[in-house]
Amino acid sequence: MSEPIALKLTAKDFKSDQEVRWCPGCGDYAILAAVQGFMPELNIPRENIVFISGIGCSSRFPYYMNTYGMHSIHGRAPAIATGLSVTRPDLSVWVVTGDGDALSIGGNHLIHALRRNVNLKILLFNNRIYGLTKGQYSPTSEIGKITKSTPVGSADAPFNPLSLALGAEATFVARTIDSDRKHLQSVLRAAAEHQGSAFVEIYQNCNIFNDGAFDQLKEPATRDDYLIRLEHGQPITFGKDGQFCVVHPPGGFGLEVRDTAATPAEEIVVHDAGVTDPAYAFALSRLPGADLRNTPIGVFRSVTRPSYDSVVQEQVAAAKASVDETPEQQLAGLLASGDTWTIG
Amino acid sequence: MTKQIRQLDRVVIRFAGDSGDGMQLTGDRFTSETAQLGNDISTLPNFPAEIRAPAGTLPGVSSFQVHFADYDILTPGDAPNVLVAMNPAALKANLAELPRGADIIVNTDEFTKRNLAKVGYTTSPLEDGSLTGYVVHPVALTSMTIGALAAHDVSKKDAERAKNMFALGLLSWMYSRPYESTLRFLERKFAARPELVAANVAAFRAGWNFGETTEDFSVRYEVKPASMVPGTYRNITGNAALSLGLVAAGVRSGLPVFLGAYPITPASDILHELSKHKRFGVVTMQAEDEIAAVGAALGASYGGSLGVTTTSGPGVALKSETISLAVALELPLVIVDVQRAGPSTGMPTKTEQADLNLALYGRHGEAPVAVIAPKSPADCFHAALEAARIALTYRTPVILLSDNYVANGSEPWLLPDVASLPDLRVDFASRPNGEDGTTFLPYLRDPETLARPWAIPGTPGLEHRIGGLEKADKTGDISYDPANHDFMVRTRAARIETIPVPDVEVEDPDGDARVLVLGWGSTYGPIGAACRGLRQRGLSIAQAHLRHLAPMPANLGEVLRAYDRVVIPEMNLGQLAHVIRAKYLVDAIGYNQVRGLPFTAAELETMLEEVLKNV
Repeated sequence: MSEPIALKLTAKDFKSDQEVRWCPGCGDYAILAAVQGFMPELNIPRENIVFISGIGCSSRFPYYMNTYGMHSIHGRAPAIATGLSVTRPDLSVWVVTGDGDALSIGGNHLIHALRRNVNLKILLFNNRIYGLTKGQYSPTSEIGKITKSTPVGSADAPFNPLSLALGAEATFVARTIDSDRKHLQSVLRAAAEHQGSAFVEIYQNCNIFNDGAFDQLKEPATRDDYLIRLEHGQPITFGKDGQFCVVHPPGGFGLEVRDTAATPAEEIVVHDAGVTDPAYAFALSRLPGADLRNTPIGVFRSVTRPSYDSVVQEQVAAAKASVDETPEQQLAGLLASGDTWTIG
Repeated sequence: MTKQIRQLDRVVIRFAGDSGDGMQLTGDRFTSETAQLGNDISTLPNFPAEIRAPAGTLPGVSSFQVHFADYDILTPGDAPNVLVAMNPAALKANLAELPRGADIIVNTDEFTKRNLAKVGYTTSPLEDGSLTGYVVHPVALTSMTIGALAAHDVSKKDAERAKNMFALGLLSWMYSRPYESTLRFLERKFAARPELVAANVAAFRAGWNFGETTEDFSVRYEVKPASMVPGTYRNITGNAALSLGLVAAGVRSGLPVFLGAYPITPASDILHELSKHKRFGVVTMQAEDEIAAVGAALGASYGGSLGVTTTSGPGVALKSETISLAVALELPLVIVDVQRAGPSTGMPTKTEQADLNLALYGRHGEAPVAVIAPKSPADCFHAALEAARIALTYRTPVILLSDNYVANGSEPWLLPDVASLPDLRVDFASRPNGEDGTTFLPYLRDPETLARPWAIPGTPGLEHRIGGLEKADKTGDISYDPANHDFMVRTRAARIETIPVPDVEVEDPDGDARVLVLGWGSTYGPIGAACRGLRQRGLSIAQAHLRHLAPMPANLGEVLRAYDRVVIPEMNLGQLAHVIRAKYLVDAIGYNQVRGLPFTAAELETMLEEVLKNV
């Protein structure tokens, strides 16, 4: 294969002529800028990139990308994108969704896209609130959340989006944060390289209805002690001074955080995103507490499994290869199949 | 012994048995033999939704009716001349529809005390005189089959299961059917188990020979071939014809066909059929739900495929929001609704035409779509092509309203010449269409079709965004401008209203009819047969049948107003009549029935005769 021609695109090439209309200070601006800044790296012509979204603040995203794009209906973006991706394997198809769009009204489509391993890059902007409808609690809001629709606190427990994706055996699962552009782009890079479904949760701040939801992960005073930055092949230690580490306690099912000083080095888990059993990444996804302590970011899981698109296209290609007639000849043969009779 | 041979012009046979007795297969084979002989045919399967309802019970009865004649026929027949009853339940479930004098062939082996009690017979109808007036042929079908297969290397269960082939052999003898196609079929069906081929062929021959030798069957019948248009024919169900129509639409448009579907009775057979045709580039996806099925189809259309979704009424309800999105996006989409009796789960294996309102109006906002309906099983092929033509040419969702009656019924189909099928090729947008030569306007319309450009991803220079938010005319940018919204709503309505569709044709051979019967969809056969009956008795009546329900033919108002009375028979509570009254201010009379069964020609004839008397 010849070396692809460098397209020399810039972030500016991915900006559409539409005025961006999120609230001033919204975390979506940072994500948009990060995505537009990252896109040239793909070296894919703009016309071969498609952004498909559902409904919600995040779902306005496609209007601002100078690629092909569809702002569809609430929750259905993964389904629509599946139909596009499976029939057009030549395209790079991205889904932009939110916590309400992907996990509430569209929960079914999300898990089925992931289990099929459709070749989609799914970016879930999680701000743990409904923004566009002005401040109701979402399926990722913490229990007891006081909102317009839950004046004495919500009664239902939240989803952990990564646990859900891993339960559906998603082949690529990652988390990043709107405000950390470098990390966000590194995760996007890994997602783009993945063949099959790539699920990326992006913690995103809604400064109007749920401001500061992820502050502990952003404030210089706390972030280093709260965040676990996952690096493939590296022992999992974190904290300002590396004082915490992650171990797999004997006899337990999951992972636990310990003091590094009191833990023998060989007991510290070395992160391996390629573990076939999703139970490992699932255990990682269970580490954070309600106060966001021990929140891993980075690539939790990246394993290889044939994508739905490729299997379907291989079946079609094999069927087509088995015939040497023109489509018209084939059709005439098909119409006349079965028991026929002729009246002269 | 020499048997008397009697000529008949038409016969209606109903095969009835337990749902595990293979009656659908038996009927299907008899139909195929009959088609080979050149009779005109029409069939009606009738089966329970339960895959295996408790054996021997009334809810478990499955039947298959075939009507064949030496002239062209329009319906599967009102009442059978012959009933094959494989057990007491089959007899009891069907007796009421059997006219006196009809032949009843019963499997006496199944008339045990226990089986009789299961369906509430306290005495055997074969012995208590309740069948006086019918010509009853008691045949020990099960034991004779087992006996005939004694030397065969099959289990008793497999031997017993071959009894339907014994029955088929007997009926094939009785009506002098050519049976070579059945023998070939058995070889194909049991190719992996040669001992079953031999057993089933032996059972068939035993049934045939039984007819020839027993004195109980003294007459053998012949029905001469019908005079039909020359050409090659095959017998086809509506669902199969519809599937082939979609494959043909792919070939004639040069586009890949994408089917998104969720299993639902009675539409699933279309998914099964299309999944076999990958060599045509057809991609089928069994989606996680009805919403995903239509969503994926729309996504495929966006990418340049012919997106199709197939379902029944409950599925259309779930797809409604996505169909509205397709209206806003102005992309091609074919939605097939194989109607069944509703509301809710209703009677999933029974027919009805009660989704017309749903198809015409079942969406939020002003969301018009094109709606068409096939009139017979074979017509489903052409209706599917027509749905694809409208969807592709006018970039719109099209709802194709089939129903269980045409979907599972069958008739001979004159195979079309592929070259004569409509040319459905489309032009994707390939260059900017703005006046400046560089701008692309995704909502700049073709002045003739009002269709917007179909610019598929992958086309350089035409990157654009579309969505459910209201779009500014031409640019497609988000717009909340009041005048623009009013304009766009009216334009979307005009897009559908101005699709040219053929004029409705009126059949009025006498030319002096004062009453017009108007129908749509699957009622074509019974209405046509009723009109023929009236005309044969010297009465004048006109018949018109709508294929296009949205938009309606331009001449329809004029046609309706030319008659003193318009009668609209429908298998719903008057949905088309309502539209006709509102749209054309015509005082149409509805004739409505929702029994899950098609109209009989006789009841329509009786009803129409009353109308004629009172004009």
